[in-house]
Amino acid sequence: MTLANVRAGRRRQAGVLPGFRLSMAITLTWLSVIVLIPLAALAIRPWELGLDGVWRTLTDERVVAAFRLSFGAAAVAAAADAVLGLIVAWAIVRYRFPGRRLLDALVDLPFALPTAVAGIALTAIYAPDGPLGALLAHVGVKTAYSPLGVVIALTFIGLPFVVRAVQPVLEEVDREVEEAARTLGASDYQRIVRVVLPAILPAILAGVGLAFARAVGEYGSVIFIAGNLPMVSEIAPLLIVIKLEQYNYAGAAAVGLGMLVISFAILLVLNLLQTWLTRRSRG
Amino acid sequence: MSGSSKIHLPGWAPLIVLLAIAGMVALVVLPLAMVFIQALGNGVDGFLEPFSEPDTWSAIKLTLIVAGISVPLNAVFGLAAAWAVTRFQFAGKSLLMALIDLPFSISPVISGLVWVLLFGAQGFFGPALDAMGVKIIFTVTGLVLATVLITLPFVARELIPLMQEQGADEEAAAMTLGAGGWTTFFRVTLPNVKWALLYGVLLCNARAMGEFGAVSVVSGHIRGLTNTLPLHVEILYNEYDFVGAFAVATLLAGLGLLTLLAKSFLEWRFAGEIAATRRH
Repeated sequence: MTLANVRAGRRRQAGVLPGFRLSMAITLTWLSVIVLIPLAALAIRPWELGLDGVWRTLTDERVVAAFRLSFGAAAVAAAADAVLGLIVAWAIVRYRFPGRRLLDALVDLPFALPTAVAGIALTAIYAPDGPLGALLAHVGVKTAYSPLGVVIALTFIGLPFVVRAVQPVLEEVDREVEEAARTLGASDYQRIVRVVLPAILPAILAGVGLAFARAVGEYGSVIFIAGNLPMVSEIAPLLIVIKLEQYNYAGAAAVGLGMLVISFAILLVLNLLQTWLTRRSRG
Repeated sequence: MSGSSKIHLPGWAPLIVLLAIAGMVALVVLPLAMVFIQALGNGVDGFLEPFSEPDTWSAIKLTLIVAGISVPLNAVFGLAAAWAVTRFQFAGKSLLMALIDLPFSISPVISGLVWVLLFGAQGFFGPALDAMGVKIIFTVTGLVLATVLITLPFVARELIPLMQEQGADEEAAAMTLGAGGWTTFFRVTLPNVKWALLYGVLLCNARAMGEFGAVSVVSGHIRGLTNTLPLHVEILYNEYDFVGAFAVATLLAGLGLLTLLAKSFLEWRFAGEIAATRRH
C-alpha cells in the first residue's frame, strides 16, 4: 500500500463514519474512572509514609519473605507450565488420539473454574488425607500447607496461557517444516532442535510471561492450599489483605505498588527477550 | 494435516500423549472431579443442605445482580472502545490498547485494594462520602466496581481484532447509501460481530460470577448482604462445613463447565465470525 493509499483510506474512514467523539468519550471516561483514577490512588497513597517509611515497609522481613514466595513460586510454576504446556500443546497439535478434542477443551478449565473453587479442590487433593497428598506424604513430601502447595496452585492457574500461546505457532511451524523436510532431508531430531524449538521459543516465552504475571497476583486458588504461615507460606497479596484489615492503607498500598513495579519490570525483560528471540529465529 | 513428512518422533508419540493426558488429569481434571466427589460426601441430603439456607440463596442472588450490572457495562465499553480503535486513526492508539489490557496484569487483590484506597473509611473520598451518607465499600456498589475493573478487557479484546480484520467497508457502504450512524451500527456492525460479542460476554460473565480476590477485599463478608457465591464458599469452608462449601462450589464449577461448553461450541460453529486469534 502506498502512502497516498493510506492517506486516502484514512480520510475515507474518518470522513464517512460517525461516532468518533461519542465512542472515544465512553472509552476514555470508563478507562479513567475504572482503571486510571484507582491506580493513581495506589501510586499516591504509599508516599504518606515518606520515602523512608515505604522502604521500611518493603524491607520488613515478613514482606520480603512474602515477596520471595510470590515471585519465586510464580517463577517455578511458570517454568513447570512451560514444560507441561509444551507437552500438552505438542500432543494436541501433532497427534490424533481418542479424546483429543476433549483434552483441548479442558485446557481452558483453569480459566473457567472460579479460583476459590480451584483452591478448595486442590487443597482437598493435596491435603495429607487427600488422594495425592496421602501418596506424596507417604514418600515424605509435604504439599498442601507448604510453599510446594503454592507452586501447585500457581501451575494449575498458568497452564492454559502456555498451551494457548504455543498451539497456533506449533501448527504454523508444522506446515513450514513440511516444506523444508521435503527438500532437505534432515532427521526428526535435527528438525526439532534446529527448526521447531527456535521457532516456538518466543511463543513459549510469551505464554510463560502471561502465566507468571497471573501467578504473582493470584489469590483465590492459593490461600486455601498455602496454609498462610507467616514467613513460610504467606503470599504477598494476602499481606495486602492483612494490612487492610489492620486499617494500614498506606502499608497495603506500598506492598501493592511494590508488587506491580517488580512484576512490570520482569515482564518488560521477558518482552525484550522475546523480541530478541523472534528476530534471531527469523535470521 | 497428517502428511508423512510431519515430525513423528517414532516411538515417542504414545509417551508424549500419555504424559499430556496424565498431566492434565492430575492437575486439571482431578480438581474438577474432586468438587463433585466432596459435595456428595454425605449423600444427596448433605449436598442439598446448604441450599435450604437463606444465606446461600442471597449469595446466589447477589452474584447474579453483580454480574448483571458489571457485564452489560463492560459490553457497552467494549463496543465503544472497539469502534473507536478500529474505525479511526488517532495518536496514542497503542497506549490506549495497552491500557484496556492493563487490568489483566493486576492482582485481583490490588483491583479490590484501589477501591478501598479511594472510598474506604480512611480513603481519599471516604470521609466526604460518609458525611453525605454514601457508602461504597462493604456494599453492592463496591462489589460492582471491583468486578468491573477485573472484567474490563474481556469484551473489548474479542471485538478489536475481529473488527480490525473486517474493516469499515460495509459500514462505509451503508452510510453512502444513506443510512444514519445508529442504523449502520445496529444493522451492519452489530450483526457482523454478534458471535464475537457473545463470546466476550460469556468469558466476562464467567469471570464476573467467579471472581474472588477483588470482591473479597471490598465485600466485608457480611452474610446475606455482601456475600457473593465464591465468598460464601470460603465462609462455609472456613467454618469446616466442607460438604456445604463443595456443594455450593458445584454451582460455580457447573457455571465454568457450561462456559467451556458454550465457548467450544462458538469456536466450532462460528469460527469465521469470531476473532482470528481464537480459531485453532
